[in-house]
Amino acid sequence: MAAMTMAQALNAALRDALREDERALVFGEDVGPLGGVFRITDGLTKEFGEDRCFDTPLAEAGIVGLAVGMAMGGFRPVVEMQFDAFAYPAFEQIASHVAKLRNRTRGRLSLPMVIRIPYAGGIGGVEHHCDSSEAYYAHTPGLKVVTPATPDDAYWLLRDAIADPDPVIFMEPKRLYWSKGETTLGDRRAAGFGQAAVLREGRDATLIAYGPSIPVALQAAEAAAQDGIALEVVDLRTIVPFDDATVVSSVRKTGRCVVIQEAQGFAGVGAEIAARVQERCFHSLAAPVLRVSGFDIPYPPPMLEHSHLPDVDRVLDAVDRLQFGDEPDVFHLAGEAS
Amino acid sequence: MSVRTSRQTVDGLLPSPVPVRFVAEDGTAVQPPAGYPVPADERLLEAYRRMVLGRRFDRQATALTKQGRLAVYPSSRGQEACQIAGVLALREDDWVFPTYRESVALVSRGIDPVEVLTLLRGGWHCGYDPVATRVAPQCTPLATQTIHAVGMAEALRRKGQDGVVMAFIGDGGTSEGDFHEALNYAAVLHAPVVFFVQNNKYAISVPLAKQSAAPALAYKGIGYGIRSEQVDGNDLVAVLSVLTAAVEHARTGGGPFLVEAHTYRMDAHTNADDATRYRETGEVERWESADPLARLETYLRERGLLDPEAVASAHQAAEEFAARVRDEMNADPEMDPFELFDHVFAEPTPQLREQRALLASELTAQED
Repeated sequence: MAAMTMAQALNAALRDALREDERALVFGEDVGPLGGVFRITDGLTKEFGEDRCFDTPLAEAGIVGLAVGMAMGGFRPVVEMQFDAFAYPAFEQIASHVAKLRNRTRGRLSLPMVIRIPYAGGIGGVEHHCDSSEAYYAHTPGLKVVTPATPDDAYWLLRDAIADPDPVIFMEPKRLYWSKGETTLGDRRAAGFGQAAVLREGRDATLIAYGPSIPVALQAAEAAAQDGIALEVVDLRTIVPFDDATVVSSVRKTGRCVVIQEAQGFAGVGAEIAARVQERCFHSLAAPVLRVSGFDIPYPPPMLEHSHLPDVDRVLDAVDRLQFGDEPDVFHLAGEAS
Repeated sequence: MSVRTSRQTVDGLLPSPVPVRFVAEDGTAVQPPAGYPVPADERLLEAYRRMVLGRRFDRQATALTKQGRLAVYPSSRGQEACQIAGVLALREDDWVFPTYRESVALVSRGIDPVEVLTLLRGGWHCGYDPVATRVAPQCTPLATQTIHAVGMAEALRRKGQDGVVMAFIGDGGTSEGDFHEALNYAAVLHAPVVFFVQNNKYAISVPLAKQSAAPALAYKGIGYGIRSEQVDGNDLVAVLSVLTAAVEHARTGGGPFLVEAHTYRMDAHTNADDATRYRETGEVERWESADPLARLETYLRERGLLDPEAVASAHQAAEEFAARVRDEMNADPEMDPFELFDHVFAEPTPQLREQRALLASELTAQED
């Protein structure tokens, strides 16, 4: 066990993967001598040489397309998109080829490749540096979409992603890069993809979250506990594959559910989760499944992002609406009246 | 990836100011530019046989479309010199990254014709084994395959193999961003890849003049530091000679090479297209006189390499091939709806297993 930041854990995962698997490669913009703008690839070129970790020309479709060709040729590329919104030029490559090549060729060609994307906000970044783009990828069949919330998950989920036979969109919540936690670098742990984690147990309601919203959910649960409400916190860890079993088991136990996502709400991952919970837990539910999210606006300028991002108060307001006192939830009715 | 400090001069990259040509439209030999040898007689005869067969196959595929056996077929009639030379210039262990218009090239590569047509028949998105054939799936999104070709070329180089990758693309595709990113990556990585542009003058309905203001598409390689050439795409001898040189250049460490072949799409974009809406019949008739197959046949006869018996024999083989294609395509393929779930991931997710079960219950209900 070692205490390290998520950035250090990701760096360690890349380092260990490069050391253990000669097919693994790291490339992208500024990932070489600079070590990436977030220093996730720090020191890799120096340790493994420019053949294993190299800077590419500045063209994201090219980075992803090159990785497709190299994966077809037997390598395991791990590429970095510098920021969430800078991955959009690569979207055609991702949606039309990365996601579909295995299916197109009936499994004769697989693409064991990882696309790392620092995503979401909360760091005072200017426009194009703070998008929550996970829904685009989660909506695309053939992609696994992974997002860690702790350094330990960051290490192991990235190791699993690099070892996976399928392409993985690895979404790194950039505001958690400098959060610290205990990390088990040595022994491979059992939990792989498609296994959500119950980070805190509770009997009164379930908070379902992922990535950057996990600390918010945990803080909300801590605050609610002061008021005698025991909230359970489920961290999805992988959006695709989705762990219905853990989510359903928790909500059937608590009977109440709030889904938290930092992304804009409409047609987002939270909507999918709420629908799945409602379909599977209807007879266990004592209140409607509520969503807490960012607003349906382009990501705000840094001086206003605090108004947009779901915080502990927004989560607790939703928890208050879970009809613990038998009063109906009139939140949306009030909106209609005005 | 290693950084090279020396830069090539423009002079070493520039294409010939006019398309390289060995044989005039009437089949007579002309003096080719220096540096491109005439391919061996046996290669030219092999190319002739393959062109005859390719054209017959193309006609058969168009007929199958009219009979409802193919969902769609993009013909390459008139482009046979490019289709055949493109694969004849390669070794078996080289890779091909084709577009949807390369059916004739793929048949010539030796892929089973039914497997080639599986995409266009609608049976699956790719019918052949890309690994066994070293042919990537026929690519529908324009130019996206060119950067995959660079990645494969880089992979081959890193594994110490001397394989070359040929990326096929059309004139319209050279306007796509991915083409330019691929050229740039190939040049920076010094990857053993040949970009083969079949300029057939139309991107569906849009003529070349509206597509590009470049002096020739071959010049698009220069800005990236890629050696480039343009060739008469209806002159098999020229296309084969230039592509052979380009492949050799890439194989021996010279880096990427761009070849533009000037040719013409004789048929509409696909059977679903109506070419009379955007081009004059006279224009098509003028290109009939530049027909690549007739030109090669005349040239080979003039040189005494081809006699009527060999011509008849080539046509006979083509007829037999077409008959086989017709028979096999007239048989309905076995379709398995559950395969829809099999290849999304290496292992289906729980959700896909649930959806498979749902489809099973729907199919059972339909049977009852």
